[in-house]
Amino acid sequence: MKKTMTFAAALLAASVLSGMASAKTLVYCSEASPANFDPGTTTGGNDFDASSRTVYSRLVEFKHGGTEIEPGLADKWEISDDGLVYTFHLHPGVKFQTTDYFKPTRDLNADDVVFSFDRQFNKENPWNGDKYLPNLTWDYYTGMDMPKYVAKWEKVDDLTVKLTLTEPNAPMLANLGMDFASIVSKEYADQLQKDGKMADFSTKPVGTGPFQFVDYQLDSVIRYAANPDYFKGKEKIDDLVFAITPDATARIQKVLAGECDIAPYPNPADIATIKANKDVTLMDQAGLNIGYMSYNTTIPPLDKPEVRHALNQAIDREALIKSLFQDAGATPAENLIPPTMWSWDKDVKTDAYNPDEAKKVLEAAGLKEIQLWAADRVRPYNPNFQRAAELIQADWAKVGVKADIVNYEWTKYREEGKKKDRPGAFQIGWTGDNGDPDNFFATLFACSAIGVSNYSSWCDKDFEDLIQKAKKTSDQAERTKLYEQAQVIFAKEAPAFLLAHSQVYSVVRNNVTGYKMDPLGIHRFDGVDKAE
Amino acid sequence: MLRYLLNKIALLIPTLVGITICAFAFVRLLPGDPILAMAGEHGVTPARYEELKQQFGYNLPIWEQYARYVGEVVTGDFGVSISSKRPVLEEFKTLFPATLELSFFAMIFAMIIGIPAGIFAAVKRGSWFDQSLMGTALVGYSMPIFWWGLLLIIFFSGYLGWTPVNGRIDLQYFFKPITGFMTVDTLIYGKWAAFRSVLRHLVLPTIVLGTIPLAVIARQTRSAMLEVLGEDYVRTARAKGLSSARVIGVHALRNALIPVVTTIGLQVSTLLAGAILTETIFSWPGIGRWMVESISKRDYVVVQSGLLLIALVVMAVNLIVDVLYAVINPRIRAA
Repeated sequence: MKKTMTFAAALLAASVLSGMASAKTLVYCSEASPANFDPGTTTGGNDFDASSRTVYSRLVEFKHGGTEIEPGLADKWEISDDGLVYTFHLHPGVKFQTTDYFKPTRDLNADDVVFSFDRQFNKENPWNGDKYLPNLTWDYYTGMDMPKYVAKWEKVDDLTVKLTLTEPNAPMLANLGMDFASIVSKEYADQLQKDGKMADFSTKPVGTGPFQFVDYQLDSVIRYAANPDYFKGKEKIDDLVFAITPDATARIQKVLAGECDIAPYPNPADIATIKANKDVTLMDQAGLNIGYMSYNTTIPPLDKPEVRHALNQAIDREALIKSLFQDAGATPAENLIPPTMWSWDKDVKTDAYNPDEAKKVLEAAGLKEIQLWAADRVRPYNPNFQRAAELIQADWAKVGVKADIVNYEWTKYREEGKKKDRPGAFQIGWTGDNGDPDNFFATLFACSAIGVSNYSSWCDKDFEDLIQKAKKTSDQAERTKLYEQAQVIFAKEAPAFLLAHSQVYSVVRNNVTGYKMDPLGIHRFDGVDKAE
Repeated sequence: MLRYLLNKIALLIPTLVGITICAFAFVRLLPGDPILAMAGEHGVTPARYEELKQQFGYNLPIWEQYARYVGEVVTGDFGVSISSKRPVLEEFKTLFPATLELSFFAMIFAMIIGIPAGIFAAVKRGSWFDQSLMGTALVGYSMPIFWWGLLLIIFFSGYLGWTPVNGRIDLQYFFKPITGFMTVDTLIYGKWAAFRSVLRHLVLPTIVLGTIPLAVIARQTRSAMLEVLGEDYVRTARAKGLSSARVIGVHALRNALIPVVTTIGLQVSTLLAGAILTETIFSWPGIGRWMVESISKRDYVVVQSGLLLIALVVMAVNLIVDVLYAVINPRIRAA
């Protein structure tokens, strides 16, 4: 009887405790389930929100709400004059998170940094391949060309790490602020390897970030607690919860009902409802993205810049943007890079709407028919490729050019579109990775990107020289000048029609303070507080 | 009976082989390349593409890929998800209870409303109740689930604030799942407030998922009941002077339920198909949503093994229904 009573009391206590609201809990309605919690192995923005931006830190960080680089785990760094050697000095006394599955016995040191990168390229490292997880591809590490540029990582002493490059690469520092460059614990990895539980590294993360992992219920809820040992000071909120809510309308309803505090990516159709609600704020920011349409500059008559300019002039861009983005709005793109990015040249303008002039040039060039490509996906920089294609088709018809719309499923679309001999105009876009202009200019229009992501097959010697020189120069002022010149050439040569930089939205309840939209599209909760 | 059962099981084998072929083929017929999907917008160089193709075994002849797949499935290895790197079977086992729980409640909801409504409509044939019930059933059957779900959320959760928008339980309740069925787990832990929260979260998705089966069951019960009410034995029962309730409840209903049981069995596949949309709208962590997300990620392994696992569940349920049918209706066994 006594035992039964004790059990009942325990149950009652548990029930009462579970019913009590946690001290200060912030609920974020995320848009998708994370693939796993190891940011080196994943590629999605939602994966990074759930792992690298909560649990982990990096050597350098992007300034909260910006793209400038600031110290992270490295207090300071030096770059050698030839731009080949980077020496990082680690912040002393940084502790890895203590959880119920790992108790660190030492602070962060250079071994952790070397291990964090070595595992991503060194085939001899047991964490590189199948022993850890099957079919690992380390997409971001290879996608950012790290194997090409990194010669070696070395430990100088416990708090000093040296990175040697194969050739100068100014965007490297920005790369090191990216999610794949999160610093993991070697001690934890060694422990799991010893216990034969290596896969746990991707499901039970341990980092040095502002929040520590508590639990993940698959496809449902992720729970974190503030890291009491966070080297930048404990966060104001005690618990952080990700309520995974894939449907955009349901997500917004949850914020309006007070079930979530923050939710990203509302439907454009819901924007008016959100604005009318007095309990929430609609935050927006020009996204670090560009929607554009690449002409294949190798196939006549599109090889002539004047024809490409004329096609641009024939499009009523203002009407197109209004129809595509509706209430959500977008900034018309004058340049390949968005205005929030350093080196953006305000004096460079793209072609203005001028159908009469366009008609003359296109008639003279004998352009009567053109392929116009449209994908089946919604992208942040273009919510409706098909509608855009139809509107452009109508505009071009007015200047005597018949556009045949070509449709493909998204991956097949890009596969066909990147072919060097793909004809016509190809709608595409880009969301920046690291806030460096190189990530736009070189990724999208370098000669070496032809057949990969240079959908215009455009290789202009002057432009190429400028962006390659900018890549090798560490001095930002000098790089800015080079990119400004590159923008002038881009505008003159018009390898693409520039559409817009879309706005990115988040809905935030009014009792939440300190939340900032991030141009990189990530969602961070450090520095966020909530009034009761 | 044993022979009947063995016959039914033997029939499952060709079905199973057919399903493995379909699952394997459908996934490969889908437009889009899984390697390009993985690479994202960065694209991938031709050399790296070939390397990855080899790593994932997509360079092998198609029959070899199929043979490999069947060989693994037979040994209980359903593969590892391309995106999450977790074993597919493990993910299925984690997520399936959520779908099962929702489907169970949806079916109970459909039955406790559908069967009495069908009986009543048959008894009052031609009345305004019959007419409006059949009209409503047709509307219910034709309702697009996605639209219906969002409408209920906006009205009951958004406007009235009576029900939670989505999810399985209030976020303040946190415990390790034991069975994966939230209703059961909360009771095992003795958390009554959490149990109530689970029930509140079940209301809207249950209605949404149960609407189509409800319409089908109501219509089926009505027509079966009408057929039975015209039979000689019912007339005899009435002639003996039995009360109307007894004639309908005992003599007619028991016989009318036989085709209804089959209908209910067949509705299991409708429920699983409906779960795909319902789970997406209600953020319900079940296998329907899992499949949708895997298709969009071109996660071949999850899609083909997931399809097979779902098909196995449907087949198992159909087998149980066939057996039940034989139990209630001895003529089937003899046939």
